[in-house]
Amino acid sequence: MNSNPSWKPAATLETLRLRARLLAAIREFFATRGVLEVDTPVLSHAASTDPQLHSFTTHYAGPDAPDGAPLFLHTSPEFPMKRLLAGGSGPIYQIGKVFRNGECGRWHNPEFTLLEWYRPGFDHHALMDEVEALVTGLLNNGPKPSASERVSYGALFLRHAGIDPHTASAADLRECARAHGVGKVPGLTLDERDAWLDLLLTHAVMPRMEPQRLYFVHDYPASQAALARIRPPSPGQPCALAERFELFINGIELANGFHELGDSAEQRRRFERDNARRQAQGLPTMPLDEHLLAALAHGMPPCAGVALGIDRLLMLASNATAIREIIAFPYARA
Amino acid sequence: MATFSTNEFKSGLKVMLDNDPCAIVENEFVKPGKGQAFNRVKIRNLKTGRVIERTFKSGDTLEGADIIDTAMQYLYNDGQFWHFMVPDTFEQHIADSNAVADAKKWLKEQDVCTITLWNGQPLFVTPPNFVTLRVSDTDPGLRGDTSGGGGKPATLETGAVVRVPLFIEVGELLKVDTRTGEYVSRVKE
Repeated sequence: MNSNPSWKPAATLETLRLRARLLAAIREFFATRGVLEVDTPVLSHAASTDPQLHSFTTHYAGPDAPDGAPLFLHTSPEFPMKRLLAGGSGPIYQIGKVFRNGECGRWHNPEFTLLEWYRPGFDHHALMDEVEALVTGLLNNGPKPSASERVSYGALFLRHAGIDPHTASAADLRECARAHGVGKVPGLTLDERDAWLDLLLTHAVMPRMEPQRLYFVHDYPASQAALARIRPPSPGQPCALAERFELFINGIELANGFHELGDSAEQRRRFERDNARRQAQGLPTMPLDEHLLAALAHGMPPCAGVALGIDRLLMLASNATAIREIIAFPYARA
Repeated sequence: MATFSTNEFKSGLKVMLDNDPCAIVENEFVKPGKGQAFNRVKIRNLKTGRVIERTFKSGDTLEGADIIDTAMQYLYNDGQFWHFMVPDTFEQHIADSNAVADAKKWLKEQDVCTITLWNGQPLFVTPPNFVTLRVSDTDPGLRGDTSGGGGKPATLETGAVVRVPLFIEVGELLKVDTRTGEYVSRVKE
């Protein structure tokens, strides 16, 4: 006997109402702060080159493309939003669906709702303040998050895994993982230093973070900069660091932000390096977003930007244990 | 045997891990937004019954385990091994004490059990959910006590000891739930 046949919404009506209230509160938050809501294409000729992100591909055929053209569903609206910034938009935000192939599980649905916003003149620390104001305001009806903590990626690893993630070798990281009971991962080689860091983060560090506390983790290894600026070494800072932050609460990664890279040549190098890695891993290479590169060459105002998962926020606000409980029609019912 | 990728892992899937047959209990997808995807998997070793946690890179594979469940009739115990027979084919299988394990105290000749075979060999034995067994020993019954409270231990013909109501007497037939080891009811002969 199945009391919830698959045609029915997986989420309760109460949860769907909470989702609507959260979205309305987000729009109000940005309206009072003078941040403009924008809408950019979901389908694009270019795609993210990040080897850890897998874009869905589709095909357009019709006027303007007699021979057909591949199109990619975006994994985030980052590239066109940066083109808007270069075009003089000022502060902007967007709420929309994004698509990531291969991601489905307790915290993942292959399509999900993302809030992304950009603040010209902010660095990643100023943007963390704004993320905190938004999130604490939105979660104020449920269990109240306790005081937030700003901690560097390096300090957090030292505290919870007892290792310096910036200087440890891949073999040291593997030894550390072993000490935490996860040293045996078939197929994970010592060539993949960042994957060992990811393993320690998800298996040793995140489970030891205090519940109900907002953790803003910043200054990531330069190798995990993605689209963030890299701060070169300086006295008191022996290695280069990425000006990137992530927000964690209750073991959930809720937001990822950057002090945005504005250098077009450096951006092209990163895209090309990503594609080289893709090739080495047997993954398809992705067409570079030449529009974004041209916009950066034209000049994007210095800014910080962040993406925040609305579905995970709703999970927190409704005490859900799996993402499929708070989406009307999750993957299995889509 | 087929191989299964982490995308096919689901509860109940039988796979080989460290040369032992195992069953997936739980499979959780873990991925930092910009990082490596992992599957954190809880796996039961079918030989030892122990559940362990293992992490795999998403997309990795494990070899399937040749595991099948077969209904067989329990024939007899020869002092060392337990003998079973497939009713339709009369094909016989011999299980050792590791395979029979806790099931042995419920085994009554002619009862139909589930034998889990790994590469054709009995790996473990699951008794029927309910068995009917005769009381071989218990304290004298209290006449007229039909309340559910209290109770006393009773030894059954197979050696199992279950808690029974006070009115149960030696020689009676009882229905017992083997999953919980609890008395269910008296059975009329």
